Amino acid sequence: METRVVVTGMGVVSPNAHGIESFHQALKHGQSGIRLIPALQELNFACCIAGVPKDFEEIGRRYFPENQISRMNGAIGYASVAALDAWKDAGLHLPSDESSADWETGAIVGCGIGDMELIATTIVPVVNSGKVRKLGSRIVEQVMGSGMSARIAGLLGLGNQVTSNSSACSTGTEAIVEAFWRIRSGLAKRMIAGGAEGASPYTWAGFDAMRVLSRKFNDRPQKGSRPMSASAAGFVPGAGAGVLVLEELETALNRKAGIYAEIIGGRVNCGGQRGGGSMTAPNPEGVRRCIADTIADADLSPDEIDAINGHLTATYADPHEIQNWSKALGRGPGCFPYINSTKSMIGHCLGAAGAIETIAALIQLSRGFLHPSLNCEDLHPEIEAFSDHVVQVGMSYPELKTMAKASFGFGDVNSCLILRKWDTQ
Amino acid sequence: MNREEVFHEMVAIIKEYVRDPELLKHVTNHTNIINDLRVNSARLVDIIIKSEDVFHIEINDDDADRIKTLGDAVDVVLSLKRAA
Repeated sequence: METRVVVTGMGVVSPNAHGIESFHQALKHGQSGIRLIPALQELNFACCIAGVPKDFEEIGRRYFPENQISRMNGAIGYASVAALDAWKDAGLHLPSDESSADWETGAIVGCGIGDMELIATTIVPVVNSGKVRKLGSRIVEQVMGSGMSARIAGLLGLGNQVTSNSSACSTGTEAIVEAFWRIRSGLAKRMIAGGAEGASPYTWAGFDAMRVLSRKFNDRPQKGSRPMSASAAGFVPGAGAGVLVLEELETALNRKAGIYAEIIGGRVNCGGQRGGGSMTAPNPEGVRRCIADTIADADLSPDEIDAINGHLTATYADPHEIQNWSKALGRGPGCFPYINSTKSMIGHCLGAAGAIETIAALIQLSRGFLHPSLNCEDLHPEIEAFSDHVVQVGMSYPELKTMAKASFGFGDVNSCLILRKWDTQ
Repeated sequence: MNREEVFHEMVAIIKEYVRDPELLKHVTNHTNIINDLRVNSARLVDIIIKSEDVFHIEINDDDADRIKTLGDAVDVVLSLKRAA
């Protein structure tokens, strides 16, 4: 019999909350974490709003000794806090420095862009001033692509596969899919999985230059992230981290762990930048195949999907995404699942997005509700037919049993998960 | 600064890189920074940089390579201070 995989722990550093219970409340009440970022104004960005975790320096001080704080900035800091929270949430104990490595547990925690802040504010100026030796020994570990997973492995003494993936805005969901498959195929009993992204003008500058960021709501930040809206005109950049503890069902049951949900299917693919796809736009067939393959992997009828936590960024692509879901599921406007966008509250957290949003889906699934998708009172005309299924106002939904989560990213990459509420079966 | 003052200052600099504070309780000139204090060898460059800032000196690569014990570090600092 195939190994079943469950989620036993979660940790989140989100623009609207830190910690699972706070995030639950923020989602339930539709609290936006989008605010004006004065530094973006000073730098003449067209989009001057973003979703940035609040008071993170103060949070970091509760987790790490003073001499480590300076190395806990950006994606690595967010990911480390979320990983420690997830580990504790899973009911696991922090190992001592003297303990042996945990050979059965690994980590896949990725990042979309990398620590541009450190590169821009430290490496480039120091190197350009001819003082390269003054950089010291800590730079590489902070900018290497595997910085997040490497730090988490050290904190938790992980001895299985430890790596960081990077697939643009699909990174977080992809990490969970990959970790799910590693356990399912018997190569690990437990995996830390998720994604992180730092907050930096240097990370967001390229998107601002592409004119894909929301630029008309600087005076009303909380109205700026408008997935599925007729007046959506770009995404709001965000930052943070989401980390999950995935575990073999048997191991979880043996140690009497609390279980949020079972992951019953997961797939990633790429549209090949063909058939209408490009570096920045998805091949619709690739998206539909990814969703359909995930449902087949879950051995599920598409009719069993109760709700979708969409990728839905608030760009021109939202109506296409809804169409792709509809075609992949074979469910038209009349029988479409409920759909919402967590980005409407937190913006687009890039490499962290899929992980934070999967956590949002798992909270909704385990607590029986659907969070409101903010700022889509004026639905896009091409989505209007689906209006009965767009969660404009938060709703209690105790029967909610199965949710789909997907993420799509530059490079024409796709990832999808099917999550099933844990009912001890 | 005399030898004793430089020694104490050097221990204060290295402290940040020593995971087990117990190891700092009985340090002498003969204490090996990597083997006895279990400082990660990659961090020696940070100790050198910090020492340059604290003592207002510049430690070249040859001098840095000579530093194995706390006493070696004090010797290098004192010789550079004298030469300054």
